[in-house]
Amino acid sequence: MTQTTVAVIDYGMGNLHSVGKAIEKVAPDAKLVITNDHDIILNATHVLLPGVGAMRDCMGEMIKFNVDKIVHAVIKKGTPFLGICVGMQALLNRSEENNGIECLNVFDGDVVHFKAGIDDNGLPLKIPHMGWNQVKQTSKHPLWENIKDNTRFYYVHSYHAQLKDSQFQMGQTQYSESFCAAIGKDNVFATQFHPEKSHDAGLQLLKNFVNWNGKV
Amino acid sequence: MALAKRIIPCLDVDNGRVVKGVQFLDIKDAGDPVEVAKRYNEQGADEITFLDITATHEGRDTMEDTVRKMAAQVFIPLTVGGGIRELDDIQRMLRAGADKVGINSAAVKRPEFVKEAAERFGKQCIVVAIDAKQIAFADKDGENKWDIFTHGGRKDTGIDAVQWAIKMESYGAGEILLTSMDQDGVKKGFDIALVRAVSDAVNIPVIASGGVGNLQHLVDGVIEGHADAVLAASIFHFGEYSIKEAKLAMQDAGIEMRI
Repeated sequence: MTQTTVAVIDYGMGNLHSVGKAIEKVAPDAKLVITNDHDIILNATHVLLPGVGAMRDCMGEMIKFNVDKIVHAVIKKGTPFLGICVGMQALLNRSEENNGIECLNVFDGDVVHFKAGIDDNGLPLKIPHMGWNQVKQTSKHPLWENIKDNTRFYYVHSYHAQLKDSQFQMGQTQYSESFCAAIGKDNVFATQFHPEKSHDAGLQLLKNFVNWNGKV
Repeated sequence: MALAKRIIPCLDVDNGRVVKGVQFLDIKDAGDPVEVAKRYNEQGADEITFLDITATHEGRDTMEDTVRKMAAQVFIPLTVGGGIRELDDIQRMLRAGADKVGINSAAVKRPEFVKEAAERFGKQCIVVAIDAKQIAFADKDGENKWDIFTHGGRKDTGIDAVQWAIKMESYGAGEILLTSMDQDGVKKGFDIALVRAVSDAVNIPVIASGGVGNLQHLVDGVIEGHADAVLAASIFHFGEYSIKEAKLAMQDAGIEMRI
């Protein structure tokens, strides 16, 4: 049996340290590599695409490092793949952030800004949606194993994915509107929340990912 | 089903130790930051804030090391503030494992710094910390007014706190950490009028800070002050209350919490 190798794709954006530390915590025997080297990523048993910040910068850096090509190659190969936050949004067709950015077309749909909403005090709901919110598991998936339905995860974002086909929605959260908390298709799973910052439940999800063979 | 309000224990760190002063003076030792952070994490803290109050370079390196150690053991969001003056300071802290940085006097000195930081690292990791002091009172001056103070509360910048918060939002702040210097350390509760004035004026989350002495104060910060998160130090450091007790008290008051 080959050793588990988790590649965290490094394209110069975001706090990769957190994701790396969380993987080390849940899978001390796995090999962790934070890299943008195509061969290393293609040969990894598990691939993780993190991302924070603005979509324009993220997609810009991804294209600069040919991460777009690598993501497609890895997904095609069947490697278990996890996208986080902007790393999830990047998998859609297009984001309306920064006046419109073309994304990676792994899932059909767009990334849109939150609708305006009203809070308990009759004031506009704050954007970004920041903090701990509940995730309703709308579909069974190996990555939800040992995580209770409606568990809270940590979020920080102003845009969210809107899938064309709801069969790929794996989780749902309510803010000013109901939105995709997680999406999945074959060997790809992605979360809008940050499992690496979501305490025990988040670590459980990452553990499930490292133990996942990519089959549903 | 809704977004939970947050409780954020704050660790003032000086030369690698947690300390807590009263109105920025009179320092008391409260332990090793990594141990303290781990304890709060186990008790269910929603985030942790480290404020580096060391003035020296050596102290700053110690802080980076502390952040690195903490990030390997605590998997909730971590904010680091104090001494963040340049983009490079932010980069160092994020690389060490911080998720957000607090910018205070550097923003007052040069507001464009906040813009540059938000553009480079994303709004989500830029917390603008505001230290405000009341300079006019509704009962005697006709309206409440607060100014931004720097230099540990000694220097009035003449900048209005509410206007400053609005400006910082437009410059790319992802969150406001609002401290009342009148209330800080005196345990009589938040300056509710201040918290509410700022929280209602901006559309980004506001963390209320300064003055928590009991659990009702935390409840008041959210219900009366409209804060999105409440920050406290000494009530947790010296074992008066656990984070869990605080969360239950807030939940009992009808506030959505992550228990």
